[in-house]
Amino acid sequence: MATFDLATATLRELNAQLHATQSGSNDTAWEVLNPRGAHSVAVGIDAPLHVDVHGSVGYYCGGMNSQGTVTVHGSAGPGVAENMMSGIVHIKGDASQYAGATGRGGLLIIDGNAASRCGISMKGIDIVVRGSVGHMSAFMGQSGNLVVLGDAGEALGDSLYEARLFVRGSVKSLGADCVEKPMRDEHLAILADLLERAGIDDVEPSEFTRYGSARTLYNFNIDNADAY
Amino acid sequence: MSYQNPPTVPRQSATFDAYTLSEIRRAAATGIYDIRGGGAKRKVPHFDDLLFLGASISRYPLEGYRERCDTSVVLGARFAKKPIELKIPITIAGMSFGSLSGQAKEALGRGASLAGTSTTTGDGGMTEEERGHSQVLVYQYLPSRYGMNPRDLRRADAIEVVVGQGAKPGGGGMLLGQKISDRVAEMRTLPKGIDQRSACRHPDWTGPDDLEIKIMELREITDWEKPIYVKIGGARPYYDTALAVKAGADVVVLDGMQGGTAATQEVFIENVGQPILACIRPAVQALQDLGMHRKVQLVVSGGIRNGADVAKALALGADAVSIGTAALVAIGDNDPRWEAEYQALGTTAGAYDDWHEGKDPAGITTQNPELSQRLDPVAAGRRLANYLKVMTLETQTIARACGKNHVHNLEPEDLCALTLEAAAMAGVPLAGTDWIPGRSGF
Repeated sequence: MATFDLATATLRELNAQLHATQSGSNDTAWEVLNPRGAHSVAVGIDAPLHVDVHGSVGYYCGGMNSQGTVTVHGSAGPGVAENMMSGIVHIKGDASQYAGATGRGGLLIIDGNAASRCGISMKGIDIVVRGSVGHMSAFMGQSGNLVVLGDAGEALGDSLYEARLFVRGSVKSLGADCVEKPMRDEHLAILADLLERAGIDDVEPSEFTRYGSARTLYNFNIDNADAY
Repeated sequence: MSYQNPPTVPRQSATFDAYTLSEIRRAAATGIYDIRGGGAKRKVPHFDDLLFLGASISRYPLEGYRERCDTSVVLGARFAKKPIELKIPITIAGMSFGSLSGQAKEALGRGASLAGTSTTTGDGGMTEEERGHSQVLVYQYLPSRYGMNPRDLRRADAIEVVVGQGAKPGGGGMLLGQKISDRVAEMRTLPKGIDQRSACRHPDWTGPDDLEIKIMELREITDWEKPIYVKIGGARPYYDTALAVKAGADVVVLDGMQGGTAATQEVFIENVGQPILACIRPAVQALQDLGMHRKVQLVVSGGIRNGADVAKALALGADAVSIGTAALVAIGDNDPRWEAEYQALGTTAGAYDDWHEGKDPAGITTQNPELSQRLDPVAAGRRLANYLKVMTLETQTIARACGKNHVHNLEPEDLCALTLEAAAMAGVPLAGTDWIPGRSGF
């Protein structure tokens, strides 16, 4: 395992080396020390690398990740795993706002809480939050799954498209066009798989409520204008 | 003999003119505002209101067709390892696949490459047609992030972070369901047939400080190779330019209200933002105040039509211009050859703007395969290249007449204004005077 100490090396050197490491390389495991809230740590990975970051990070950690597994042994600032394509980003602590925003694939796991706008404009990413999420989470969510073991804040799933939302705790309020939906077998299976992949074995899929789009805003209609 | 009062001529209201009345009736009947493509159609102060002061005795002209007048431009040398080098200072603006057909995107790429300039992607992401035929391709990083892919970021030659657009600063977009083909739906990760809303703001940042960090992320992902453009709508050009520079932009793209759009509310297109003429000088002033003029390049757009417009924009301090609507016209949009079909759609060639309906007879603003096949991308690309070359020759002709051996040497001193409004907006003297409205000391 290669070690990269951001107390003595630069962020540019870290990301450049991660980008230079191709699939099939022998050095696919990386340990990053002393991130001290740095922004853009381990962004743009495009190979099956494993990066363990020891400490808390700033904005956009794991941004646009493809194939990589990034684990942050601390908390993450805004925009963690922004536009992730594939792979895994795992935050052992809390995440700030817009975690997983616009993500198109992969799995984002947050062991703690996520702030507002978690999964905003999500486009295929799966997000599992062991704690709670803040307001406007999954706003305009297009595709993928947001799993929240705790509570959700106001306006959950506002203007939702096809993303599925599973919340175990309470929801302060639902956003425009977001409604509670029945949990069918297929959804229980999806949820069970997500929980397993997130390493969560102490809750049951049956404890969750599913939310999705009522699809009344899919095509503009003046009679729905009050919802906009 | 009886006397009858002579009848008065029926008088139409200037306020409630025929168009306004038709809009009221349409709104009452349909319950929705008018959505259309294109740019502002109202008359606003524009480059036509400026004139060049050719050389006589006090200035020395260059010989046309004999003495060199360079047109090259380098964009993005501030931070990027690989700045963009173009032969001409005219680029193709961002226009999305989805709004435009694949053939249209290919034609734009072919034409731009023949003329030595760049094209720009749009809301739909990067298509193979465009990447394959564009020698220099700018990848737009948009609020919607439809089709956003880091591999495409790396395949691009520059990245344009779109914060605003001239036709709708502060507004999002709407691609109506009827234009959502299988391919468009797949690229945008949305079901077929539903209205696809483009967000008005980036979902993962909330202000200029976040923009700075976002730009840093994009640089890190692309190893600091690609120039980062920031595109703003012409609303508050001084402050938005200054903040874009502060955030780390290599290039600022400034789009005036005459800039086009794929589909937006008519009320937005016609009533929000400022004409590009009013935006250039404040943006240049911001660059000059920061000591960044010519270091951070300024690309302006919004109703650029010919070499005179290009020369005037450069004279006011821009480094390059960008064209959208004009490029579509060059490849065949609104061509009179399709007049019968335009009339069948209730309009006429030159006025067709219902691009969101996907019925464009010219095969350009459509996803209908039968219509889009009408556009020959090779021939259309040739037409665009011809047009770009003509604009460049026109720009050079004017620059030489002003005694300049590079089009970038044009300056405000080469201009005067025909109207008070244009003089004030462009910051050049009213013709026949040395007076610039709003400024003392002249």
